[in-house]
Amino acid sequence: MIKANNITKVFGESTVLQQITTTIKQGEVVTIIGPSGSGKSTFLRCLNLLEDPTEGQIFLHDQEITLPKTNKLVIRKNIGMVFQHFHLFPHMTVLDNVSYAPQKVKGVSKQEAEKTAKQLLTKVGLTDKEDTYPNRLSGGQKQRVAIARALAMEPSIMLFDEPTSALDPEMVKEVLDVIKDLAQTGMTMVIVTHEMNFAKEVADRVLFLDNGRLVEEAEPTRFFEQPTSERARDFLDKVL
Amino acid sequence: MNLDFSQIVPYIPFILEGIWATLKFVSVSILMGFILGTLLSLCKITKTPLLKWLADAYTSIFRGTPLILQLMIIYYAVPQLTGYDISAFLSAVLAFGLNSAAYISEIIRGGILAVDKGQTEAAEALGVPYKPMMLNIILPQAFKNILPAMMNEFITLTKESALVSTIGYLDIMRRAQVVGSDLYRNFEPLLFAGLIYWVIVYILTSVGRLVERRLRQSD
Repeated sequence: MIKANNITKVFGESTVLQQITTTIKQGEVVTIIGPSGSGKSTFLRCLNLLEDPTEGQIFLHDQEITLPKTNKLVIRKNIGMVFQHFHLFPHMTVLDNVSYAPQKVKGVSKQEAEKTAKQLLTKVGLTDKEDTYPNRLSGGQKQRVAIARALAMEPSIMLFDEPTSALDPEMVKEVLDVIKDLAQTGMTMVIVTHEMNFAKEVADRVLFLDNGRLVEEAEPTRFFEQPTSERARDFLDKVL
Repeated sequence: MNLDFSQIVPYIPFILEGIWATLKFVSVSILMGFILGTLLSLCKITKTPLLKWLADAYTSIFRGTPLILQLMIIYYAVPQLTGYDISAFLSAVLAFGLNSAAYISEIIRGGILAVDKGQTEAAEALGVPYKPMMLNIILPQAFKNILPAMMNEFITLTKESALVSTIGYLDIMRRAQVVGSDLYRNFEPLLFAGLIYWVIVYILTSVGRLVERRLRQSD
């Protein structure tokens, strides 16, 4: 469970997030949608402290993690993150990419880490790519490796920051399918996305952000069929 | 034209011994410059103002004064100050090592900053601590990018190493001078020394290209 309480983020002169409060329950899949620059990604990045909120608190399993004494590295072990641009380690093979962090961070043996990595690569459908370097992979394959890499740490929550935005259209599905499978396993997930159909299909709840504010929060069928706010109606008219 | 290369033939082994003398201190200097330079570059990118200031001051001093002056200070002035009779070899290693550390630290700093910021974020998001992140993820990528600049620095250092002839260290250059004054002919031994330097640099360049090609294999 992760809870954000009155999160405000200011970069220099501009206020990117304004007093966002929401709770993501264990096993819940939440998608965050909204126009570009609405603060979706910043909010997501606040959840694993890649950005420090200017004001407000974040609680992970009822423990506040926004205290100054918090060891961010310990927190992040529990929160997996998948980036828009994958950020795979280009000088490591696919297998090393996935098995590196468990060894360095959790002290898992090389043998054990590689065994888990191979299982995860099978799960994302990349069994035959173990010894390949990332630059030989397609965008969709890279993103699936990135998902496996995050899962290798056995996180209790997964964050996805526009996981399909940098992909060619024909590769979007293979990545979304992996995420959907993951949703079915009961993983707690927060997904920033522009794929409306996917957001509707996979989510238990949709958050709509605009201009740094949480404008609307509802379960997907209600949100997509009867949005209550003017801004959300306007947005959906344009994208659907 | 008064040229007679046959006269330097008996001196060739003497001059060639200088190759070892030169390579010995150049390689130790490079190693020292590389390690110290890496540490300095890490100081330059930290958020600790004191470390940053110290590293910048270091670079400013060693880049801002002539290398020959640094060499002279270490060889002639240090004994005056401490009473320790420093050898020409140690002076040479210190002067060249400390000096090249300043240049190398700038090269590496640039290399680190050129690594995509997403790499740091990905490592941080996985909970990887600073030290393994730098050693296993950031520096390997930085080194790959800066290899050409690094080779350039090594080549410069190898050639500039001839400066140690001024403190009596018997390197290639010094030996050529000794032969010159023995024979009262300077052109032939100096030309021969020049040829040796050129060959060494040529070999270094080829090795650099080879390493670069190796590292590019993951591209």
